[in-house]
Amino acid sequence: MSEIQADSVLDCSGMLCPLPVVKTTKAIKQMEVGQVLKMIATDPGAPPDMQAWSRQTGNELLEHYEEDGKFIFFIKRVK
Amino acid sequence: MSKSDPSAPKRLAMISSKGTLDWAYPPFILATAAGAMGWEVQIFFTFYGLPLLCRDLKAAVSPLGNPAMPMKMPFGPEGFQKINWPIPTALMAAPGFNSVATGLMKKTFQSKGVATIEELREMAVDLDVGLIGCQMTMDVFGFKKEDFIEDAMIGGAATFLEFAADADVSLFI
Repeated sequence: MSEIQADSVLDCSGMLCPLPVVKTTKAIKQMEVGQVLKMIATDPGAPPDMQAWSRQTGNELLEHYEEDGKFIFFIKRVK
Repeated sequence: MSKSDPSAPKRLAMISSKGTLDWAYPPFILATAAGAMGWEVQIFFTFYGLPLLCRDLKAAVSPLGNPAMPMKMPFGPEGFQKINWPIPTALMAAPGFNSVATGLMKKTFQSKGVATIEELREMAVDLDVGLIGCQMTMDVFGFKKEDFIEDAMIGGAATFLEFAADADVSLFI
């Protein structure tokens, strides 16, 4: 469980590569700088991909963990 | 000019030379992932990759000549879906087999949560991926610009090379 408050939630459950990354980008672009997106995925490739995405885009991956077979990400729009 | 400007985004240059359903995926997956990471991306569609720019996508797949392709069913109980069917090569050459195999692959991709090529291509356009059709291939195989989606551009080897010269990643697919 997380204490982080998300401004928006994106559910990518059931989607495979590259959809979680592409849909996260689209969602983040619609948010304000400083806001936090909660993204939920079931693709086991999502944790390494989201970390790479965060390093490449500069948007901050505040926290990520696995819960009940789902991968939860908290991403802060930085730029 | 990616290399000469350190603040410029990373750049991915790809050549898509194969238009079957299976080989259509890698360039579009990589293009959308790179675009999502803020990279500049161009795909140069040449030879059999060129029809992937057509408005009406007809990409199909043939198990013939693809001996490593898993022959599994996208429906039925889990144990049944795991069976890798030993299809004789002669049967793969039978009329209609390719359309059956294509249908099964599309069904499998859909049930597993993979986007269609049409969807990935639309996402690529949304992410400003440059889609370049090879003029020489158009002339050879008789394609017109009107056959392609609106966002497709036309170019030749020099067009691709100029972009690729400053690319951080270049792939021939």
